[in-house]
Amino acid sequence: MAIQSPSLDMTTAAAPAPVARPATRSYWQQVGRRLRRDPVTLVCGGILLLIVLAALGAPWLGLADPYKTSMLRRLYPIGSPNFPLGTDELGRDMLSRLIYGGRLSLFMGVTPVICALLIGGALGITAGFMGGRVNMLIMRIMDVFYAFPSVLLAISLSGAMGAGAENTLLALTLVFIPPICRVSESVTTQVRGFDFVDAARASGAGTLTIVRVHVLGNVLGPILVYATSLISVAIILAAGLSFLGLGVKPPEPEWGLMLNTLRQAIYVNPLLAALPGVMIFITSICFNLMSDGLRAAMDVKA
Amino acid sequence: MDSVLPVTDRGGPVQPLLLAKGLRKHFPIPGGLLGRTTKVVRAVDDLSLSVAKGETLGVVGESGCGKSTVARLLMRLIRPDKGTMVLDGDPVDEPHGITLNELRRQVQMVFQDSYASLNPRLTIVETLAFAPRAHGLAGAEAKARSRDLLAKVGLDPNNFADRYPHELSGGQRQRVNIARALALRPRLVILDEAVSALDKSVEAQVLNMLVDLKEEFGLTYIFISHDLNVVQYLSDRVMVMYLGKIVEIGAVEAIYGDPQHPYTRALLSARPSMDPRRRTREAPIQGDPPNPIDPPSGCRFRTRCPFAEDVCGKAEPLLTDTGAQEVACHMRIRGSGHTRAP
Repeated sequence: MAIQSPSLDMTTAAAPAPVARPATRSYWQQVGRRLRRDPVTLVCGGILLLIVLAALGAPWLGLADPYKTSMLRRLYPIGSPNFPLGTDELGRDMLSRLIYGGRLSLFMGVTPVICALLIGGALGITAGFMGGRVNMLIMRIMDVFYAFPSVLLAISLSGAMGAGAENTLLALTLVFIPPICRVSESVTTQVRGFDFVDAARASGAGTLTIVRVHVLGNVLGPILVYATSLISVAIILAAGLSFLGLGVKPPEPEWGLMLNTLRQAIYVNPLLAALPGVMIFITSICFNLMSDGLRAAMDVKA
Repeated sequence: MDSVLPVTDRGGPVQPLLLAKGLRKHFPIPGGLLGRTTKVVRAVDDLSLSVAKGETLGVVGESGCGKSTVARLLMRLIRPDKGTMVLDGDPVDEPHGITLNELRRQVQMVFQDSYASLNPRLTIVETLAFAPRAHGLAGAEAKARSRDLLAKVGLDPNNFADRYPHELSGGQRQRVNIARALALRPRLVILDEAVSALDKSVEAQVLNMLVDLKEEFGLTYIFISHDLNVVQYLSDRVMVMYLGKIVEIGAVEAIYGDPQHPYTRALLSARPSMDPRRRTREAPIQGDPPNPIDPPSGCRFRTRCPFAEDVCGKAEPLLTDTGAQEVACHMRIRGSGHTRAP
């Protein structure tokens, strides 16, 4: 007989010495702690914060009017007196336009991702948790969207609906729903296979309660990380649509549009013409590195 | 809400706590054109069993013989293709019976993988309070009950309540899982390989605790394991499964003392022995169980049975009472046509 050791009775386990144990940190506290120790993520976060704050607070920064044109001071080079970043092809202050341009560019980058996160995430979690026919229906519809390259889809949607910021937002949201849906579905399918979900079902809890308590907490992290990495794509796509004349209309300051209109100046003042591109580059790479850091920080075992 | 109070006995001590009749689960294998299923895995085939109040029913068998599927069927975590269940006189999921929710309050389960069965994002006390809260108990009350339960399974609530699963050892986690199964005050607890993943000393502690808890809460156990020694220690009756069917069922003394089915005998003689004089010299049965997608005709064990004859391939042996136990073997059925039949 295997079990007859009287020494292994309950008292050994039931009465642990009252040791002071380190305070337990919740998962998100641990993630926060790891993020604070990651210099790259911190720097990227700092730069993004700066860009966002500057864009939001642009009217109070004492900048020149971003719409005020002047035929006399066209294409001043970088470093000119009163115009630290020069002027554009219509004589407007570049610094002011770049900072104001961040408003639209960031808005166009973040909003569609948030909308797509809500819609695509809900669809994906539903598909993953329900499985079977529901999953099949939702995911096959997403596959149809997948058949088109995202840039082409965005261009054709914007083209069909006409230029304008609202239509660009709508087009970009539609473009980002399928990938977010697919990621949400695969994470949820994985989590649903764990015994703790079965244990929750065995306790007689309703589906919504199980999703809220046991599924969301485990799938939100990876979905958020993925969505963060999409923001940079959205910024570039939005800028691209504006560049093609399908997005924001002039004279609104927007990085993609600025890049387009400064195109003619590329032989006169190439550095100046590149500035909006530099802003797009910095912002999107910061978002990408942030999402990388976030993923690393969330990759805590348990 | 009274649903979080213990359920009182209704049918008296003689009425079985759980009766299952003709349970069948075939898992479809999608493969054909347009996802049409052409083949099925016969995980559990027309299985009937009854569990008496207060007993421990051990379930043994090789990997893949359908032990865990039976557990999940009894909990209705998966829907049976066929078959009925009766819980203390009340049919389950039928017009005049009890709902699945009610079944799941009275029948609870402990899973094998102590880690995967705890949500990594919830503290221990949150995990334990989930089920009572889902049944309408107030938050503070549910937490208080959870702390009581922790103490009952030998974990100091002050030390463990606010920890996360990854901060616990395997044995501690399995204690938490047992506490969770008890949180709704069930009458029947299904232990699906609940101690198999623990190391031997911890396993012994947890088993002793299970015995104590059974006494204290008046529980009935279905104890699923591939460890024959543990099953012998814990069970009152034992059920031996092979490829989704019961081959032998009876009192633990009868099964271990006088096994009737050749498969049961093979299983028992495959046990490692501490006594060098009784060491097993050759494998009693060879090979793997046949594929459950296409099980052998007649008796499913005949492909590995040393006594197989023509009749074994033609007719399926039904469970037959031999006095101390029930056996599904042509050698024990009177007039079956087998040369060794009585």
